[in-house]
Amino acid sequence: MLIYEQSRSGRRATAQAPLTRAAVCAIPDRFRRKKAAALPEVSELQTVRHYTRLSQKNFSIDTQFYPLGSCTMKYNPRGAHAFASLPEFLGRHPLAPESGSQGFLACLYDLQQMLKQITGMQAVSLTPSAGAQGEFAGVAMIRAYHEANNDDARQEILVPDAAHGTNPASAVMCGYKVREIATGPDGDMDIDALKAALGPQTAGIMLTNPSTVGVFEQKIRKIADLTHKAGGLLYYDGANLNAILGKVRPGDMGFDVIHINLHKTFATPHGGGGPGSGPVGVSKRLEPFLPIPLVGKDESSYRWLNEEERPLSIGRMSAFAGNAGILLRAYIYAMMLGREGIVRVADYATLNANYMLKRLQEAGFEAAYPERRASHEFIITLKKQAKAHGISTMDIAKRLLDYGVHAPTTYFPLLVPECLLIEPTETETRQELDRFIEAMIAIRNEVEHTPDLVKDAPHTLPVKRLDDVRAARELDLRWQPEE
Amino acid sequence: MPFIPHTEEETQQMLETIGVSDIEALFDEIPPALRCGLLKEIPEGLSEMEIGQLMAARAKQDGQATCFIGAGAYDHHIPAAVWQIAGRGEFYTAYTPYQAEASQGTLQLLYEFQSMMTALTGMDISNASLYDGASALAEAVLMAVRANRQSKSRRILLPRSLHPTYRKVVKALVGNQGLELIELPFNPESGRTDLSALEPFTGEDIAALVIPQPNFFGVLEEVDQLTNWAHENKALAVGVVNPVACSILTPPGEWGEKGADICCGDGQPLGAPLSSGGPYFGFLCCRDKLVRQMPGRIIGRTVDKEGETGYTLTLQAREQHIRRSKATSNICTNQGLMAAVATIHMALLGAEGLERVALACHANTQQLSEKLAAIKGVEKVFSGETFHETVLKLPASSKAVLRALANHQLLGGNDLSDDYPELGNALLVCATEKRTDAEIERYASKLARILSGADDVLCQLHPKD
Repeated sequence: MLIYEQSRSGRRATAQAPLTRAAVCAIPDRFRRKKAAALPEVSELQTVRHYTRLSQKNFSIDTQFYPLGSCTMKYNPRGAHAFASLPEFLGRHPLAPESGSQGFLACLYDLQQMLKQITGMQAVSLTPSAGAQGEFAGVAMIRAYHEANNDDARQEILVPDAAHGTNPASAVMCGYKVREIATGPDGDMDIDALKAALGPQTAGIMLTNPSTVGVFEQKIRKIADLTHKAGGLLYYDGANLNAILGKVRPGDMGFDVIHINLHKTFATPHGGGGPGSGPVGVSKRLEPFLPIPLVGKDESSYRWLNEEERPLSIGRMSAFAGNAGILLRAYIYAMMLGREGIVRVADYATLNANYMLKRLQEAGFEAAYPERRASHEFIITLKKQAKAHGISTMDIAKRLLDYGVHAPTTYFPLLVPECLLIEPTETETRQELDRFIEAMIAIRNEVEHTPDLVKDAPHTLPVKRLDDVRAARELDLRWQPEE
Repeated sequence: MPFIPHTEEETQQMLETIGVSDIEALFDEIPPALRCGLLKEIPEGLSEMEIGQLMAARAKQDGQATCFIGAGAYDHHIPAAVWQIAGRGEFYTAYTPYQAEASQGTLQLLYEFQSMMTALTGMDISNASLYDGASALAEAVLMAVRANRQSKSRRILLPRSLHPTYRKVVKALVGNQGLELIELPFNPESGRTDLSALEPFTGEDIAALVIPQPNFFGVLEEVDQLTNWAHENKALAVGVVNPVACSILTPPGEWGEKGADICCGDGQPLGAPLSSGGPYFGFLCCRDKLVRQMPGRIIGRTVDKEGETGYTLTLQAREQHIRRSKATSNICTNQGLMAAVATIHMALLGAEGLERVALACHANTQQLSEKLAAIKGVEKVFSGETFHETVLKLPASSKAVLRALANHQLLGGNDLSDDYPELGNALLVCATEKRTDAEIERYASKLARILSGADDVLCQLHPKD
């Protein structure tokens, strides 16, 4: 039932608003609203009960194993939430003077420094609000760099065919054309295809490493050299940074610009779709173009670096300084990990992924890249099951929900048929991983003996399989009172 | 090991299963020359208690001054229930609702969010949030260019009365796509955008006119006239609105003869704490016919296979994960939790509660403005009617006065002397419903004292500062 359907005209949650209506209003009638907005009229208890019950219809990290590949659904430490929510931090106005903001600015400055170390880049800007905005900022810096060199012929960005959809979309938002590069049979980039694509029109290439197929791109130095020789720059999509934290750094691989998904690698919550945070790091040659504001330090005091100090900046991505509260959470998390904890993240994320891959292979599931080590994630393909029993990967994903596990990422990357991209993260116990494997084995039995059970899944959730086609055809995007 | 549950024994067993001797062997595909070794400059890890102590010390260092700044972020009361519910792990730690059957809580809530935002703005369609108000305006402008089939110009009119940072963000985000952004002057008497500012563009090919309500100065624009001008000139009307103000002002959907085509804004006043500028959320609403040009997630109501009502992500063919380089935007992660916050906030307050908040902010700012303008040398700059912010001119350096006020734990407003040098030593001030009579009185008396030279910071008050 919608909150609107619990509404009764004249009902109020009175304690939350000012107790009286201000008597004086100097706004002339021609500016005034004629009819009150159709918001629900409900009590505080109704509101609390309604949204508490809705929350119970969600899967979440706090309640379920959530091995969603490429999304790094690790535990979100409560301490990070608690300390970022201290009243002084919550109450600080974004335009408060620097003199009264030294504590806050110190946290941001320290986070910039740590992210530089972790990524091997020369400078970091924390301001992009999510990964895709970080990608935009990164590609915009590549563009600004070529423009500063009067190199206007570079109008093309290369992306692997297995790239996240945000990569080509971000390149287009920066006014570039996009050209796809094929992935070879071992999961690494097809170097001949790359050579054929590079040229004086190449502005840069966007890569994820480990790649979106869950393996470390071994020829990365070769790719970097070829691209740089052709005059292009390398962009690192940080979606998979969790796999290599403290092991190998994008700066050392030859990347010129990178974004980091703090809501993945640095354990900040996903909030049912956001907020995220997508800081960007750059090599020396791109530093002048970083988005503002940055945090600078003079002797012992911190200050914002704005247009005056950064005249070549690509500009501002948001009204203030991005998702500041998320930056504080990431800072707190990184400080709790420390230098040794940071490496352990990659260690145990990789251990968990390889353990799951091995056990699933032993149980007869087919790995997409059986000769390769898994990174922090891996792909299995269910094409055999699909062919033999007319079952789709989506059916199996939906059935997994009945077993109390969130489904892995389905049908991505598109080049592997009927695939599941599985990322357990380092914060899951072996017992949780075993339960997932047992569920997969049980579902495979169901596929063979009671396929309808799988095709009709889920059975135990608040709703049965939803009609997506109808949702798109008969658009119903808001509640309206009955006529 | 912080946040890692493995026992020594389990690790060994798992390595045996994989068939390697140690964890390091799992990284054997990384070329050894690329390995970085221990990152010595990262500090040693802290316990939860230790980082808690450090954060508490840093928070205390910043203190809690009394806030009279607005300029796009407003210090409103947030009902206690809002964050207690939104902070539940089931909302806080869920992902984007790709598996609809396992995400009905988030999906239904966002459907309610869309319903409430369209009710508040008078529009037909709302998406499920963007990053913030400024980036939402950039998306709105791009959307207008795609949607306005009668225009080939890619020219956008942006009033100078629009938030200066919003103008900068739009420039940064759309500048690479060949859009031309043209600034419109404001009337220096009233502080609003006159039709005469649009005169040079009458009959020209313009893709969209951006209309802020209230504008950056807090002044109410003649939105009906501006919207009609846009439509007479085949431009789309794009509103930029404050959602709390929407509860008492004509909603964008009812502006002029036909209503705005698109509206956007920052949702921060609906339950997001100031929090140094984020996370907030951007909202974007439009007319039915523009829905396929909308960027970002949209939730639709549908049925399951047994005919029961359910909710799901819809029209995904607009989005980057399906359409890639042809998508309406690159946005993926949005500000979902903040949309949840706003939904609970709006449910608790209702239309009547939001109106009370809006009227209280308006009345408090009126009171503040009168008290401050009564001080010798302080004047109201604009004659146009205002909502909950107003511009005051000072007889001394606005920067120095703000510094002096900050010494008294007062954030006295936003200095306009950099963005609007023609206004002289001008301050944009705001008093939300949270500001008490005593706080307003204290601001007035401190300002009077500082300006009279009685305060010991007199020596810093050079007009050129």
